[in-house]
Amino acid sequence: MGKWTRRAVIGSGLLAGGAFAVGVALRPGNPVDSLKPLVAGGEGEELINSWVKIDADNVVTAIVPHTEMGQGVRTSLAQMLADELDADWEKVTVIEAPTTGDYVSQHMARLFVAPGTLGGPNWLEPTIDGVFTRLAKMADGYATGGSASVRSTGQRGMRVAGAAARHMLIGAASDAWNVPTGEIRTEKSTLFHDASGKSAPYAEFAAAASEQPLPTHPALKKPSEFKLMGKPIPRVDLREKVDGSAQYGIDAIIPEHELKYAAVFAAPVIGATLTSMNAETAKSMPGVRQVLNLQDFVAVVADGYWQAQQAINTIETTWSKTDNDDLDQDGLFERYGDALDDAAEEGGTTLVDEGDAANAINDAATKVVAEYRVPFLAHAAMEPVNCTAWVHDGVCDIWTGAQVPLRARTEAANAIGFEKDQVRIHQMALGGGFGRRLRDDYAVFGARVAQAAGVPVKTIWSREEDIQKAYYRTCTTSRLKAGLNKAGDILSWDNLFLHQKDPPDAALIGYYDIPHQKIRVLEEVSMHLRFGDWRSVDASQHGFFKESFIDELAVAAGQDPYEFRRRMLRRSPRYRKVLDTAAEMADWGSPLAGGYGRGIAITQAFGTIVAEVAEVDMSSGSPRVTKVYCAADPGFAMNPFGFTTQMESSIVYGLTAALYGEITLKNGAVEQSNFHDYEMLRISEMPDVEVSIINGDSETLGGGGEPGLPPLAPAVCNAIYAATGVRVRELPLSKQRFDVGA
Amino acid sequence: MISVTVNGTTHQIDVDPDTPILWVVRENLQMTGTKFGCGIAQCGACTIHLDGYPIRSCSTPISAADGGTITTIEGLAAPDGSLSKVQQAWIDEQVPQCGYCQSGQIMSATALLRDNPNPTDEDIDDAMSGNVCRCGTYPQIRRAIKTAASS
Repeated sequence: MGKWTRRAVIGSGLLAGGAFAVGVALRPGNPVDSLKPLVAGGEGEELINSWVKIDADNVVTAIVPHTEMGQGVRTSLAQMLADELDADWEKVTVIEAPTTGDYVSQHMARLFVAPGTLGGPNWLEPTIDGVFTRLAKMADGYATGGSASVRSTGQRGMRVAGAAARHMLIGAASDAWNVPTGEIRTEKSTLFHDASGKSAPYAEFAAAASEQPLPTHPALKKPSEFKLMGKPIPRVDLREKVDGSAQYGIDAIIPEHELKYAAVFAAPVIGATLTSMNAETAKSMPGVRQVLNLQDFVAVVADGYWQAQQAINTIETTWSKTDNDDLDQDGLFERYGDALDDAAEEGGTTLVDEGDAANAINDAATKVVAEYRVPFLAHAAMEPVNCTAWVHDGVCDIWTGAQVPLRARTEAANAIGFEKDQVRIHQMALGGGFGRRLRDDYAVFGARVAQAAGVPVKTIWSREEDIQKAYYRTCTTSRLKAGLNKAGDILSWDNLFLHQKDPPDAALIGYYDIPHQKIRVLEEVSMHLRFGDWRSVDASQHGFFKESFIDELAVAAGQDPYEFRRRMLRRSPRYRKVLDTAAEMADWGSPLAGGYGRGIAITQAFGTIVAEVAEVDMSSGSPRVTKVYCAADPGFAMNPFGFTTQMESSIVYGLTAALYGEITLKNGAVEQSNFHDYEMLRISEMPDVEVSIINGDSETLGGGGEPGLPPLAPAVCNAIYAATGVRVRELPLSKQRFDVGA
Repeated sequence: MISVTVNGTTHQIDVDPDTPILWVVRENLQMTGTKFGCGIAQCGACTIHLDGYPIRSCSTPISAADGGTITTIEGLAAPDGSLSKVQQAWIDEQVPQCGYCQSGQIMSATALLRDNPNPTDEDIDDAMSGNVCRCGTYPQIRRAIKTAASS
């Protein structure tokens, strides 16, 4: 862990009331590439920061620069910091870094960290204000996605901040007690010198610690020394989520100011603008205050949301023509097919070209060719996107839950002609993210409605708008071609597919021992709908493509799908161990009841390797997934309970999509509208899930929020093949027909 | 004017009688624990108790509650703040992730356990299938219901 100092800056200081603070800034160049495009700001601005504050009453505050959207990030990051600090977990509090515009100023940053006046500062930077400006600017990098929080901020920020603070506290006690630092131990926010019997709470040395030289290489604990890391510490946000008091964006109120409510109706076809509307009925309806033509959408502002929604439903609209007004789902796939045909053997961008795949297949004993497809998917988080905004006195206040709150601020400011410093984001809890709130459209709409209305307005998307006017998981086609040699080994792998977003290795298969590989992508073919990062992004479709096709190869080779993968993973012991673990959990090879099938798949996404075995009952003719065994190697699971629930969560999200998930186009618009035609998995359909965690490498962590999803669909589809002999090459399963007992 | 008792307090509310209970509770009474999810009784996020029965408040007009009694998530804990056994089980089993659907889940589970103190898995499926959780907390929900049943 010696490399982090080249990317990090540590600052510390003494705050009002005797609190000691340590901040760690991570520089750009941080390896989490998926976050870089999300970061506003220019050269030299830091990506992420982590703070710890030790108050005079010995309370440790972890300041977490990430959005809590269910994934448990507040708990796991605080756990990492507290462990390195040897803090008393009972006296650790966690707060989310503030995101208001005011915060991004020296003054407010000071007030936030240090209410009152500063005393005895000893910061790394030449001036206090310089440091606060630096720390404040870092908040622009406040972004949550890419399953990155623990492995980036946690590993390089929270742990370093905790270790540095502990190091300085020990230094201060060493000076005061006149004993070597090596004789001082720490436990539960207390310093001990056992030989002399001396002890003191951290707070007692807060002031002296701030005078200590900053450590350049604070030693981080080895896994054998962890006390909180790796433990299933209960979540810190449970109480407010069971008594109704948690405040999500949709719950925002503005004290002492009356809110109006807005319903919106956006252009059904992306790119269209309003050409006319008849809102006479709407304007006469009770409670309606304003009908707003905002060009790309219509809004009704009313005293209540239901009134606004009732009114907007009566408005007749016509929209400008677009090039996609005749586009249907079949037409889109035809467009894809034509582009793939045109690309033939050489077109597109080559991602991998090893050996000579084009010629190797000619020498193959067996050739297998297949085309796979997946549809668009909407996120459908339980909380429909919403934004409460108020434009007043030269500022715009926004209450919402965003995955990149300060970029939402910038986008909202641009939309209403404000400087970004004039916009303040009040970050609220998120009723699910899954990537949907990596886009800022709802903050933009909310700000525009509030500006046009001139009063505080809560703008709420109906579920129909949330599903139909959103950002979608890529709809795409993938063509695969492979050759097997006489021994049944994969000789060549040739893949051409459409669209690439993130992560960049989603389509790669380097962990399988395949000598000839060519993987190409066509990126320029329009998919019409707007792309959105959907849980695990490209890995969601490539997991299905790759691991279904590998299964086809196993069948072509006449081999057991698990043994076949195992053999092809001969140079990837870490993958092999994960695969073996899942197979052992499932008692692979044991007999199943009639009509059942068992399927296996293994993928790597965001640094975590996951293998899943699904058992599927096909006796009724439609799939019922009864069991999922999941083995996962994230390197090291900081909170095993939290990690396990993220695996379960990804399995549910992935199974919902595999069974039902499909957004289709008709006349350029989305056909589905609500949960009756965009169905969700219910508790009655929930398979038993068993998760086994393998801590394979504590130095290189993978993510938790997304990697459990990609192997789910292929494991299920491979089980269906085992039960029925029908190979599924297009999702969702609800559109497939299976012959019972085939 | 609609008269309705919510969590023990009687309110006289002047709204369109067709207004769904959800919006009356959230906007007129400013009790935001009950959530909007779909508006068509498909997801259960808005579940409350009307005269003791779990209903989807997004699709039930306030006129149906005139003279009636409503319990929302805010009304489950005792006045001293101690949680109901279902809420406590939700904490003990660490059910919530994003938490948005959990008010509705808890209201459905509370009604289930009142009528059926020892539900089977099938009973749980029947009573809870109207409540969607996108975070996939179903295993924890099932465990929490059993924990509450045995407490």
